[in-house]
Amino acid sequence: MTQVVEQPARSEYREHDGAEMLRIRNLHAFYGESHILHGVDLEVRRGELVTLLGRNGAGRSTTLKAIMSMVGRRTGSIMINGTETIGMRAHRIPRLGIGYCPEERGIFASLDVEENLLLPPTVRSGGMSIDEIYEMFPNLYERRRSQGTRLSGGEQQMLAMARILRTGARMLLLDEITEGLAPVIVQKLGEVLVKLRDRGMTIVLVEQNFRFAAPLADRHYVMEHGRIIEEISAAELPSRREHLNALLGV
Amino acid sequence: MTMIFGVPLAVFTGQLLLGLINGAFYALLSLGLAVIFGLLKIVNFAHGAMYMLGAFATLLGMRYLGINYWAALLLAPLAVGLAGMLIERLLLRRIGHLDHLYGLLLTFGLALIFEGTLVNFFGVSGARYPTPESLAGGYQLGFMFLPKYRAWVLLAAIGVCLFTWYMIERTRLGAYLRAGTENPALMQAFGVNVPLLVTLTYGFGVALAAFAGVLAAPLYPVSPTMGSNLLIVVFAVVVIGGMGSILGAIVTGLAMGLIEGLTKVYYPEAANTVIFLVMILVLLIRPTGLFGKEA
Repeated sequence: MTQVVEQPARSEYREHDGAEMLRIRNLHAFYGESHILHGVDLEVRRGELVTLLGRNGAGRSTTLKAIMSMVGRRTGSIMINGTETIGMRAHRIPRLGIGYCPEERGIFASLDVEENLLLPPTVRSGGMSIDEIYEMFPNLYERRRSQGTRLSGGEQQMLAMARILRTGARMLLLDEITEGLAPVIVQKLGEVLVKLRDRGMTIVLVEQNFRFAAPLADRHYVMEHGRIIEEISAAELPSRREHLNALLGV
Repeated sequence: MTMIFGVPLAVFTGQLLLGLINGAFYALLSLGLAVIFGLLKIVNFAHGAMYMLGAFATLLGMRYLGINYWAALLLAPLAVGLAGMLIERLLLRRIGHLDHLYGLLLTFGLALIFEGTLVNFFGVSGARYPTPESLAGGYQLGFMFLPKYRAWVLLAAIGVCLFTWYMIERTRLGAYLRAGTENPALMQAFGVNVPLLVTLTYGFGVALAAFAGVLAAPLYPVSPTMGSNLLIVVFAVVVIGGMGSILGAIVTGLAMGLIEGLTKVYYPEAANTVIFLVMILVLLIRPTGLFGKEA
């Protein structure tokens, strides 16, 4: 039988430290007739934590989906670790070392917690072991036999994050992970992100909760109408805070 | 003579066995339908034709290629499964983005083409396929006579059903299948080749039908219309069990066979309609089916 999950060839994934992990040029994305992204340009270096900020409908989630080829059509260029992926079939993209955590979390109701955790195929060696994951998220261990969707919102979010840490992905695309969660859970997620950054993970964070994202991120991109309109580094942030607030409408 | 509610025991158990055998076929066929519906969301109207092709492959394989029953048990499902994978890859995939009703129409059309072609060559009267020698005869159990072949059919069908249930509910590949049923786009984003999974699933589903066809060849006349006659009842079974439920398909299939058998004993006039009465009752009380999940 043909393998449903092919193991990636070693050469597909090249280490080059300090180099660009993600480079997007003139990205357009469409759902049917609607044109959502209008020429997005951005790059993320290895080990960086970068946020995509913007109002609802600015195209932040669509940018992540376009990277994973989950939109109807996309044009332009998306280089992941030096490999052009714009014409690549969707299931090959994660094998370049990408883990994606969708906004709606995507926990599977027909699977229990541990099955959900073990579901995403390994894309590369060097992922966290199941024991390390349970150590990071003790709640998941206690509830490993529960149906995935019976967990609380916070636990589901932990599960959605935890399952992509097992795969060996080195770049995480995280979509609104704090949405609708209690402050104590948000704080816990912040701690997890710091740990992941310290492990050398590259992280792209779509976030509504700017107070959560600001202290974690190296750089911020601000999106509006399907384009990047501003790039702000962590160092520039204090002086440009008011300008940013005006852009985000907060 | 022992009587059960005014019926001789031998007649009672005999009909019960016949009912169970029918139920085993219902279970195998509705299981394949459930697997296919789960991932492809297509009501596979070609399923009866695939069952019929399994039986015909067995008959023609013996006639022209000298393939015996046991080899056919493996080869016929394999051949029909491969044909199913071609159908998925070349036809069903092209209409995957349209309303699922188009899939139903396409598979219905395919069923008519398969049936019509074979009617043209072989007529509708049906041919006999000999019971394999090693399974000829039977056991005298005292209260009834149990033909060896029927016992084998029951065992084989239930074995394959349980194997399928185990594969889907307890293995990693099965977890991909269940998850792919819920959210195929996310499975792709995890690196699972969903289009390949869909092709394999359709192939496996129709291979189950073909396996049932091989089992049926020595029991019923092998005719081009044998599948369409059965399929209507199988659809009722699927509706009763609940669309897409694996365990539901198996249990309901066997149970409906039994109910049909019992009706034959006590009120033969209703034997052909009793399953539809059950279907109506279930739809009134539990519209998602006995094992179906609330939407």
